Amino acid sequence: MYQYDQYDQAMVDARVAEFRDQVRRRLDGSLPEEEFRHLRLKNGLYLQLHAYMLRVAIPYGTLNFRQMHMLGHIARKYDKGYGHFTTRQNIQYNWIKLEDAPDILAELATVEMHAIQTSGNCIRNISSDQFAGAAADEIADPRPWAELLRQWSTFHPEFQLLPRKFKIAVIASPNDRAAMRLHDIGIELVKNADGVLGARFFVGGGMGRTPMIAPMIREWVPIEELISYAEACLRVYNRYGRRDNKYKARIKILIHELGADEYRRQVEEEFAHMKTLGLNPPAAELERISAFFRDPPFEQGLSDDIDRSDPDFAVWVDQNTHPHRVPGYASVTISLKPAGGIPGDATAEQIDLMAELARDYAFDELRVTHAQNIVLAHVRKADLYAIWHKLDAAGLATANLDLIGDMIACPGLDYCSLANARSIPVAQKISERFADTGRQRELGELKLKISGCINACGHHHAGHIGILGVDKKGLENYQLLLGGSAAEDVSLAKIVGPGFDEDGIVNAVETVTNVYLGARQQGERFVDTYRRIGMEPFKEALYG
Amino acid sequence: MTTPQILYRDEPAVTDTAIPLAEFTAGTNSAAVRIEPGEDARTLLPQLDQLRLVEVNFPSFGDGRGFSSAQILREAGYRGELRAVGDVLVDQFVFLRRCGFDSFAPNRPLNADDVKAAEGFFPEFYQKASDGVAAIWAKRHQVAS
Repeated sequence: MYQYDQYDQAMVDARVAEFRDQVRRRLDGSLPEEEFRHLRLKNGLYLQLHAYMLRVAIPYGTLNFRQMHMLGHIARKYDKGYGHFTTRQNIQYNWIKLEDAPDILAELATVEMHAIQTSGNCIRNISSDQFAGAAADEIADPRPWAELLRQWSTFHPEFQLLPRKFKIAVIASPNDRAAMRLHDIGIELVKNADGVLGARFFVGGGMGRTPMIAPMIREWVPIEELISYAEACLRVYNRYGRRDNKYKARIKILIHELGADEYRRQVEEEFAHMKTLGLNPPAAELERISAFFRDPPFEQGLSDDIDRSDPDFAVWVDQNTHPHRVPGYASVTISLKPAGGIPGDATAEQIDLMAELARDYAFDELRVTHAQNIVLAHVRKADLYAIWHKLDAAGLATANLDLIGDMIACPGLDYCSLANARSIPVAQKISERFADTGRQRELGELKLKISGCINACGHHHAGHIGILGVDKKGLENYQLLLGGSAAEDVSLAKIVGPGFDEDGIVNAVETVTNVYLGARQQGERFVDTYRRIGMEPFKEALYG
Repeated sequence: MTTPQILYRDEPAVTDTAIPLAEFTAGTNSAAVRIEPGEDARTLLPQLDQLRLVEVNFPSFGDGRGFSSAQILREAGYRGELRAVGDVLVDQFVFLRRCGFDSFAPNRPLNADDVKAAEGFFPEFYQKASDGVAAIWAKRHQVAS
């Protein structure tokens, strides 16, 4: 894992001092709320329906025991004893007092953490593949590049007041586990025929009100010019992105209006200029960063055998572990989606337990996934049973990774001031309806995603099944969407027809899963069947 | 004519009145111009030698286009006074300076203590920008940036 040097530490310490001063000016009245607003947002502090919400950055979703333990401590000391892991691989606390925020940042800084640029119209937390450094299918480790981008984007002076927020993801596997093409910039590390590493840039994706899949803007950026190319992409956006309407201010709209070819031409022109400015850190800097991401001391020659005599354990192993590139190891996903639970929530005690498991069994490292789960990336298969036992005792052994119960949901109207409808009760009812693990496994991989408004924080456009909460004449109403995907088979879901009330949407989800079960062919996932047979059979069953 | 509240230059502030870009490009021997957020700073590049003052207007602090305008001028070698005018707030101060502004004429004067604090918060920066300060990566590896 990356470790701060004196420069990194000075940066977060300075931020604490600066923010403490800003809060002081806000509280003494010398800084009006309209000016303070964007300053607090750049420290991840939102004003929600009931209280302030603080979003803490977890760069590319990676953290160690001390950091995770601190997150539990903050949940206990400053919140109501829990935290909420987000689709941006961060954590949010929903019950924060403004006057506590500087102290929380100061505590975070003691474990090399911060809330810098977790909101506001700037470059947000860089996200990545939760199995980075462990997956059997990756061509390189994306984390050193994500860290390089983190440092470059932190307090970048030119890009502090962009037209709108800006999200970057970096992956290095043909299997996209980070929704890469639904980002403002998605970077895929690739190797050419000579085995040389380069970066493929997809720009202008996103969800929100106007979902778009990012077009490829450059097939090959020489890896040593990654930063200057990103800077060129951002400068064109900062200068020409729309500022007249916040709903049309994301880079996807600029690229849509200009056309990908014209945007590409402008970026190329800017890039040619940027090349002359010496903006790229030297190779030695990447080497310095990469040294932190070298393999942990894996044991060699371990057996891949697992004692599967406990049937509940065997189901969990099959569902929640992922192949590791080193024999005898696996990556474990801890589901934060128990039946009837709030997707992504964890109590302080659960956070502490996950921290301890990482320290004791997983080389002191955890990952947060964009699907709001936690990963122990490097675990000996021989330790899986012990880990499962401890997770099970803490209510953390739900065996539903990538099944219908493993849903993404935004906080919705229970917390969020933007929402039109509640997301959490719908998620809870659906997960209760499908609580039986055997039934979920029968349905197979099924990505269900729920948003409580058109801003799409719950990724409903990218769900195999998506649910969008809307306000219909003062009543909460839920639209059903089908056919989206955030993975390498990326696609946008389409609305099926008229919406449903809360119980109606739960029934509708069950109805479409029944259509799938009746129509599927050998080996087809829900989304494959949908793509083959189209919308009509589902519509017929729902409204016919 | 605007007068800067804060100036980081050895020579005194330029006292010429900055004229609008359209007027400047129409043909003039003025040494001072003002550009607005939607205007292309590169329009000035052929006549940079003639300029002693460029004012970059921030009608609203949330519009960050002026940051790019400043960087573009400094990257092109402009060494004259670069003045941020309009809705310029102390909390943008450090970023404006990094983008090459060396003169500040805010609509509402900045509190001197707040400015002093803003000058001191961040000792180092990760990126190379237009203020001539070496990036952290350059310091780590003792190379030029």
